[in-house]
Amino acid sequence: MTATSTARWVRVCRLADLDVERGRAALLGGVQVALFRLADGTVRAVSNYDPYGDAHVLSRGIVGSKLLVDGSEAPTIASPLHKQAWDLRTGAVVEAQGKDDRPIPAYPVAVDDGEVMIRWKDD
Amino acid sequence: MRNEIQPGHRIVVVGAGMVAHRFVESLLARSSDARITVIGEEGRAPYDRVGLTSFFAGATEADLALDDAALSDPRVRFVAGDPVASIDRTARTVRTASRDVVPYDTLVLATGSFAARPAVDGAELPGCFVYRTIDDLVALREFVAARRADLGRPLAGRVVGGGLLGLEAAGALDGLGVESTVIHSGTHLMSAQLDRSGGEVLGRLIADKGIRVRTESRTTRLDPDRSGNVAGLEFADGSYEPADVVVFTVGVRPRDVLAREAQLACDPRGGVVIDEACATSDPAILAVGEVASFGGRCVGLVAPGYAMAEVAVDRLVGGDATFDGFDDSTKLKLSGVDVATFGDAFAQTPGALDVVYTDPVGGVYKKLVLSDDASTLLGGILVGDASAYGALRPLVGRALGADPAAYVLPAGGAEMPDTQLPDDAIVCSCSSVTAGRIRRAVHEEGCADAGAVKACTKAGATCGSCVVAVGKIVSTELTSLGRTVSTAMCEHFDFSRRQLWDAVAVSGLTTFSAILERFGRGRGCDVCKPTVASILASFVSRHVLDGENATLQDTNDHVMANMQKDGSYSVVPRMPGGEVTPEGLIVIGEVAREFGLYTKLTGGQRIDMFGARLEQLPLIWGRLVDAGFESGQAYGKSLRTVKSCVGSTWCRYGVQDAVGMAVRLELRYRGLRSPHKLKLGVSGCARECAEARGKDVGVIATENGWNMYVGGNGGFTPRHAELLAEGLDDDGLIRAIDRFFMYYIRTADRLQRTAPWFADLDGGIAGLREVIFDDALGICDDLDRAMARHVEDYEDEWAATLKDPDKLRRFHSFVNAPDTPDPSLAYVSERGQARPASRAERDAGSVLIAGTTLEVRR
Ligand code: SRM
Ligand SMILES: Cc1cc2nc3c(=O)[nH]c(=O)nc-3n(C[C@H](O)[C@H](O)[C@H](O)COP(=O)(O)OP(=O)(O)OC[C@H]3O[C@@H](n4cnc5c(N)ncnc54)[C@H](O)[C@@H]3O)c2cc1C
Ligand code: SF4
Ligand code: FES
Repeated sequence: MTATSTARWVRVCRLADLDVERGRAALLGGVQVALFRLADGTVRAVSNYDPYGDAHVLSRGIVGSKLLVDGSEAPTIASPLHKQAWDLRTGAVVEAQGKDDRPIPAYPVAVDDGEVMIRWKDD
Repeated sequence: MRNEIQPGHRIVVVGAGMVAHRFVESLLARSSDARITVIGEEGRAPYDRVGLTSFFAGATEADLALDDAALSDPRVRFVAGDPVASIDRTARTVRTASRDVVPYDTLVLATGSFAARPAVDGAELPGCFVYRTIDDLVALREFVAARRADLGRPLAGRVVGGGLLGLEAAGALDGLGVESTVIHSGTHLMSAQLDRSGGEVLGRLIADKGIRVRTESRTTRLDPDRSGNVAGLEFADGSYEPADVVVFTVGVRPRDVLAREAQLACDPRGGVVIDEACATSDPAILAVGEVASFGGRCVGLVAPGYAMAEVAVDRLVGGDATFDGFDDSTKLKLSGVDVATFGDAFAQTPGALDVVYTDPVGGVYKKLVLSDDASTLLGGILVGDASAYGALRPLVGRALGADPAAYVLPAGGAEMPDTQLPDDAIVCSCSSVTAGRIRRAVHEEGCADAGAVKACTKAGATCGSCVVAVGKIVSTELTSLGRTVSTAMCEHFDFSRRQLWDAVAVSGLTTFSAILERFGRGRGCDVCKPTVASILASFVSRHVLDGENATLQDTNDHVMANMQKDGSYSVVPRMPGGEVTPEGLIVIGEVAREFGLYTKLTGGQRIDMFGARLEQLPLIWGRLVDAGFESGQAYGKSLRTVKSCVGSTWCRYGVQDAVGMAVRLELRYRGLRSPHKLKLGVSGCARECAEARGKDVGVIATENGWNMYVGGNGGFTPRHAELLAEGLDDDGLIRAIDRFFMYYIRTADRLQRTAPWFADLDGGIAGLREVIFDDALGICDDLDRAMARHVEDYEDEWAATLKDPDKLRRFHSFVNAPDTPDPSLAYVSERGQARPASRAERDAGSVLIAGTTLEVRR
């Protein structure tokens, strides 16, 4: 048998457990994930860890949007600690508040029959 | 030919002075293809020559160093202490003194100037110095110390040359304890910059500092004593002065010898001739800084050098910036003597008019030069009081926009139009960013709002206290450039808070989505969402957690506690007026013990408990609410505390019941949402033990009633509150505070406390009195009604939340594990209580207590 870490879809919660534009944290193994249900109906998942503040708080930040240089609009999450902000789709930094860029992991999400699933790698 | 750089393009910079440094910094920022070699003669990295004199005030070499990031960049090679000896233009190489041959595609000459010595006998004697480099200053200081020890008496110092640099050097000698005299050949000091009247006023100011001035004296010879050191100077009129140490500050000459030997075009008076693109007669060679001659002139100031550096860089990256000529504005950096000149100080423009104010006794001379129709500012001279320099210099060439007299009359004579911070004032203490730096960011780096300034200077990036001040400077600067200032709150709304308030009021909209759709764009952000929440709180007084508006709030407002650095929260129950019963104290003690919370008294006269986890907050508050406590709203932009002293109840000096009034005020205004937090203080007598004048509203008891002060602030920019009314009775006081608060809430900007709001208020304190007591705006009824509604609708947020199972969901730590504590939290014990473990302690696994002691019950 080959020892690869396999990615699989893990059920996390019901869609109804999430409020529109207010995050919730979820615990997957020992890892903390921040889940966001956006106004357009999509659900996004990124790491709950704020690499600037060194604390697991992103699920408790403010959701918003940011116009990118290419003219597109990114859904964002701003940390409640020092207001750095990330693109919820990719985890890329969109506002570093004068610091260096510290992107965060983003995870694929699917909503199936009212259940929120994350594509998760156990390794 | 264009100099535009391609990958692999080799740039060699000769000279490692201030302008070279700026050139390298700017090129690195603008081109990733840059490959730069910097070759310097001085054996050290570039330093702040302008601040050189501070060396005598204790600044070290390290203090003078310029940011070393540029030279340590991997794209840069820096060679120190090996001057370039020649240029081979055909081979495109330079050769250094140590015979190193360095090829270039573009060569940049930034060799600056050397300090001249007069061509007279004895100018090279030991004890004669120039004033240009750190080495010069070290040698001067060592000589003074040794010579003083040898002679066993105070030294006589002579500074030859009474320009800017001479005065600075004389100040420095004075600081070294050397009796100093400035010797000047002209009729008055700083004759290159000042007219005679200004120079004479300056002469008296200098004399007042204990520095002697001798004008119209040309040095013809210097003589040594038997030790061979300089001993005296002889003048053209045959007179003689003793001298133990001499500093020459008779001007600088461009170091253009490399260019001359390489047959580049040079000006007969010195300097490498450049065009408006900073190119020399060889297009592969640029020259910047003091060595460059433009329009037949070399100028010994750093700002035009920086401007040339930016032009040169712009050209290298394919731009077409031009150097348009010199700005000769200068300001003397001699403590206690203010001199500044700018623009056409000598009124050489045809038809130019002067406005002069002079006070020879007080030592002040101010002259503004205006266009023939007296509308456009052309230049000016300020001696003895240069406080208007910062405001005036940016206006050169523009309409003055105010009565010129207002700028030159002494302080107090007329209000100075829009006072400005001097360039060297530190605006951001966290990152040591000066007002001048911020202005540069606006003028030279194209920053158009506080956010852009933050990105390029770091001002406001740390604690944020300075953001409002930064914004103010930016808008003043933009206005001075004739650009419109954006009052947009963020990218989602083009409105300021005040405009948005009006829009919400007029439209009657009550949800964020509706407001955004009508007046904004996108989905909002951490700036506009809480602002809209605060505005809506004043219109719709539903519970703050209700409906869609719950998502607008910061986590602090959302969970009604203050987030701490590790993601845990603090809990602050209200203790009106700082009063608490023994029973209350016992409950707090028990709760803190049970939940393992760190406990401390706040600066606001109440108790804070730290380290509560999200899922513990309802449990903790359940206990507190049962014991009769309410939320202290330490998280909200709302009333914080009313600080009180013990007043007439116990104190032998008290003349009124300060605690009683404080409790009454705190209960009245608790929960009042506002643009920023609100704090009050009540003192029982004029001794002011409650420090009430440091608050938004300060109340001080007198025999005749309450005196009410407004617009005070502690914090980053402390300000004493100003007296609004005297001798008020209880109800009169409350009515006045009601109106003051409501007026502020309706008109202030986002995150603007009462102090800066009040400072900007039209009509000042007198205008405010008219609004509040004489109903000059006819809005008092509205204000009174709004406050009455607030008082009526108040309900304790925590009590309400505990009753609502739906709201309690937001305190679940994890959506799929509601009671599991955040596994990353870790604490150590310190002085008998818990505190968050540091990163090092966590990495080392030396965590003593994991989490708080109580298991979560549900
Ligand atoms: C807890 C406390 C320190 C303490 O342990 O004593 C405190 C803690 C904080 N203060 Fe304060 N301030 C505390 C009293 C003060 C005081 C003293 C006072 O109120 O008499 C002042 C000066 C008075 C004033 O406000 O004018 C004060 C001036 C500030 C400022 C500067 C405000 C300004 O206008 O410049 C800030 C920054 C801000 O609000 O933007 C600030 C911000 C903060 C923040 C919100 C910083 C932050 O973002 O985390 C802290 C929240 C702590 C928390 O989680 O509870 N704190 N802070 C005090 C709580 C008082 C209370 O009972 O509610
Ligand atoms: C005490 C003092 C106070 C001043 N105050 C002010 C002020 O308030 N405001 C203001 O605007 N200006 C002031 N100036 C002037 C300001 O310092 C200069 O305008 C500025 O430093 C010019 O920068 P630069 O890079 O052109 O020349 P420099 O800073 O002189 O740098 C040139 C460098 O090139 C080196 N060099 C020369 N030849 C060679 C070679 N062949 N090979 C290698 N390296 C070489 C030199 O050693 C020097 O380090 C002051 C100057 C002094 C000395
Ligand atoms: S409590 Fe106030 S002064 Fe102390 S660290 Fe926090 S913000 Fe700064
Ligand atoms: S960020 Fe500017 S003073 Fe702190």
